[in-house]
Amino acid sequence: MADLVFSARALTKTYTSGETQVLALRALDLEIFAGEVVVLLGPSGSGKSTLLNIMGGLDHATSGQLFFRDQKLTNLDDRGLTAYRRQHVGFVFQFYNLIPSLTAYENVALVTEISDHPMRPDEALALVGLEPRVHHFPAQLSGGEQQRVAIARAIAKRPDVLLCDEPTGALDSKTGIRVIEALLGINAQLGTTVLIITHNASIQDVADRVLFFADGQISRIHKNEARRTAAELVW
Amino acid sequence: MRTLDIKLFRDLVRLWAQALAIALVIAGGVSTVVLAVGSLRSLEETRIAYYERHQFADVFALVRRAPKTLLTQIAEIPGVAAVQGRIAKLALLDIPQFREPATGLFISLPEDGQPSLNRLYIRLGRMPEPGRGDEVVVTEGFAKAHAFRPGSHFAAILNGRKRDLVVVGIALSPEYIYAIGPGDRMPDERRFAIVWMSEKALASVYDLDGAFSSVTLKLMRDASEGEVITRLDALLDRYGGQAAYGRKDQTSHAFLEHGLDMLRNMSRTLPPIFLLVAAFLINVTLSRIVALEREQIGLLKALGYRNAAVAWHYIKFIIVIVTIGVVIGSAVGTWLGTYVTEMYGDFYRFPFLVFVQSPDVYVAAAALSLGAAIVGAVRALRDIVTLPPAVAMQPPAPPRFRRLLPTSFAIRNVLSQPAVMMVRNISGNPIRAMFTIAGMSLATGILIASLFLNGTMEALIDVTYFMSDRQDATVSFVERRPLKAVNQIARLPGILAAEPFREVPVRIRNGNIERRIMISGRPRDADLNRIIDTDLHPVVLPKTGLAMSSWLAQILGAQVGDFVEIDLLEGQRRTVSLPVAALVEDYFGIQGMMHFDALARLMREAPVVNSVSVSLDGNERDLFYDAIKRLPTVSGVAMQRVSLANFRDALAVLVTTMANIYTGLAAVIAFGVVYNSARISLSERARELASLRVLGFTRGEVLRILLLELAVLTLLAQPPGWAIGYGLAWTLQTKMAGELMRTRLVVEHSTYVLASAMVIAAALFSALVVRRRINQLDLVTVLKTRD
Repeated sequence: MADLVFSARALTKTYTSGETQVLALRALDLEIFAGEVVVLLGPSGSGKSTLLNIMGGLDHATSGQLFFRDQKLTNLDDRGLTAYRRQHVGFVFQFYNLIPSLTAYENVALVTEISDHPMRPDEALALVGLEPRVHHFPAQLSGGEQQRVAIARAIAKRPDVLLCDEPTGALDSKTGIRVIEALLGINAQLGTTVLIITHNASIQDVADRVLFFADGQISRIHKNEARRTAAELVW
Repeated sequence: MRTLDIKLFRDLVRLWAQALAIALVIAGGVSTVVLAVGSLRSLEETRIAYYERHQFADVFALVRRAPKTLLTQIAEIPGVAAVQGRIAKLALLDIPQFREPATGLFISLPEDGQPSLNRLYIRLGRMPEPGRGDEVVVTEGFAKAHAFRPGSHFAAILNGRKRDLVVVGIALSPEYIYAIGPGDRMPDERRFAIVWMSEKALASVYDLDGAFSSVTLKLMRDASEGEVITRLDALLDRYGGQAAYGRKDQTSHAFLEHGLDMLRNMSRTLPPIFLLVAAFLINVTLSRIVALEREQIGLLKALGYRNAAVAWHYIKFIIVIVTIGVVIGSAVGTWLGTYVTEMYGDFYRFPFLVFVQSPDVYVAAAALSLGAAIVGAVRALRDIVTLPPAVAMQPPAPPRFRRLLPTSFAIRNVLSQPAVMMVRNISGNPIRAMFTIAGMSLATGILIASLFLNGTMEALIDVTYFMSDRQDATVSFVERRPLKAVNQIARLPGILAAEPFREVPVRIRNGNIERRIMISGRPRDADLNRIIDTDLHPVVLPKTGLAMSSWLAQILGAQVGDFVEIDLLEGQRRTVSLPVAALVEDYFGIQGMMHFDALARLMREAPVVNSVSVSLDGNERDLFYDAIKRLPTVSGVAMQRVSLANFRDALAVLVTTMANIYTGLAAVIAFGVVYNSARISLSERARELASLRVLGFTRGEVLRILLLELAVLTLLAQPPGWAIGYGLAWTLQTKMAGELMRTRLVVEHSTYVLASAMVIAAALFSALVVRRRINQLDLVTVLKTRD
């Protein structure tokens, strides 16, 4: 069996928003293995993003335990979480979150400058097929291109895990498929563990495992016997 | 360059207008301080250097006639470093092509040239040659007013005899930086001159061979001025000495000191307020701008940047803006400081100017601005960096809007939907609204504090020249004259009314507080030299007792009914006790006033006068001038009209110029604040407004929603702004008030209106900029960013 990357025990998260309390994760248990491609499916508010944020060190759990390899993330303070993100995690967000005042190259350099063994920014951009557009500003790029810059930025540090929150959510199907292709390519070439949140059920076919979410819990886990390639996807 | 620095640079380019507006607010604050302190220090240093290089004396005394041998005894008074005895006499001048009577104060020069004290600065020409009794040196202002050059001629009536004089030199003197003729309130360079001439010549005219009528002393550094004065008075007493006085009571020094004091008080009051207001405003503004960066801060953290690195990035952003502001402010402040120094230098006719560099002021102003800006940014940063990145990357939770009124009272029945949005937006972000209002109130306030000075000057002119001293002219005598001299003057051509005026120098004391003042005696029902009480009503002088400037009463801590002790410094020098009978509203000097007869009784003398106040028939003015010139007993005529014109041209100009400079800087600050408020609320609400556009609102409607809020906040800010302005004006007026001059606090309605109009104009301009932005609002991009 492959190495364990994440393991969660009774992971719980409560949000207080104004006067209401929202239970986003209810005592969730989970294991993720090295090199896996995992797709998280489920309706809005079912806890997918909350889980991904906690796994990526972007947010704190209210209770329970979460380990990254041997490191207990739920014990880390802000400084520890920052170091964890810096060394191990790459993020891809639905709305790309590029810095508008920086070019594609510079957006990637933003991360390579603070990483230990990064790729060169142009190398990362080449991996997502963006060599010709490295010196364009986000506003000069299409949505798909912007998302691929975001992926390049996420992988440039050679992260152990790539956490993608609705990476194709804002894209049309053709561009979406290119983005998925890029993510799978990273997984194949670098062995990076990839977690993808999506509303798009057809994407589940590219995963090793699919986690179905409902009401802050994993309601079902499906294991694909055979993964499809991105090119085979249709939506 | 690090990638974050590239971002910094590009952000600055993107936000250039706002960054510049903030930099200008900082520049406004910094330049007021640099200007005020710079000019003040330069003028103070100039004065010190002038006094030192030209041996300005420390103690002054007049005497009727004292033998020169007495000078040796005076020099032996402990603490006296140098003594200069001389002759000083007032005389009427007769100047070709100049109808009005002018007065000269004739001062003797030693035969061998420069006096040891109060040395002249020769601007042009030379000192009189020994033995040339017709050669004179005159003050520069007088020479300029009459286009005199070395070689010019004029005449003087010296001791009743007309004498032709030739100008050989034009000079400045530290003793007469500010030269005021007899009976006058303001310097009038056309009609008053200091004339230096050979001692031999003056002595023979006035029969003062081997004698002196004026003595000035330079003291040692550790000498006690009071003790020297007491001993000097004792020595001079039997020679008809008038009480000696120190620099504090020397007219020129006192007026110069007062001028600097006004500048000093202005610079201690307005600039710190400006700087603090600017600091507060950049604090609030930068805090809001940083808060707008919330999502990018969250992203940088998500990418693995440490809090310190993120904070440093934004602090660098602020350092750049503050640096731009400080550089602009320092440059403008230095330039304005030089301008003000030169303006004052011209006014006082300093022979040279010493410009003092004040690096400490630049550093302090920069540090305060930077500190305020960083604190503002850190306040916002602290709130954001403590958020988990996942939360920071989301827009902030919507504020908790509440119904302010019961459901049954549907606010929308009264207000349109945009108005409801505006009301909710303000009530939902009360702190932000409060800060915006506070910023604009302060802007209005500092505008009022700089604008009100002009109105105050007019009020001072009104009370002084039109309510209280209503005479057209004051005719002063060389020596005091019996009361019948008034009738003599009254019979001159063109005189409509004449009133006696008697002045006696005294020391007035209450407890251990003491001042040297003049007590004037005037008729009880005086119509020309009226006295005005603190409610601005003319009052009849009480039969007995002393009326005094309310300012003097305040200094002495005396009230109506209290007794004050008075040393009479003329005639039989007695010490008497007088009740304070009335308080008088006056703005120039501190003085006592008494009923003419009561003062004569107090002096134990038959009624005498020093001067006569007259009202003139304007058509016969020239005849009056000619007649006056024929009177050997007259030392000078002060014209009220001329005095007022001089006041407006000179002193008022200094004050109003300063006020205008400060108003300009206040306007810059006001504009920066309002502009930033408008721009930031546009950024904060860009998404909401774009959504409205998507829903079908027109650009005009969207603009109205945003501007309605700006308009309401701007208007709400005005009343507190007026209160702040009045408070600042009060502080400034209180701080600028002095014994030589003060003002009544008058903030005209028009001042409030003008200040508010300037802030509203800034708001309108900002609205135009915002309109351009709204027209460019890219609906799709705004909505595509995450929510």
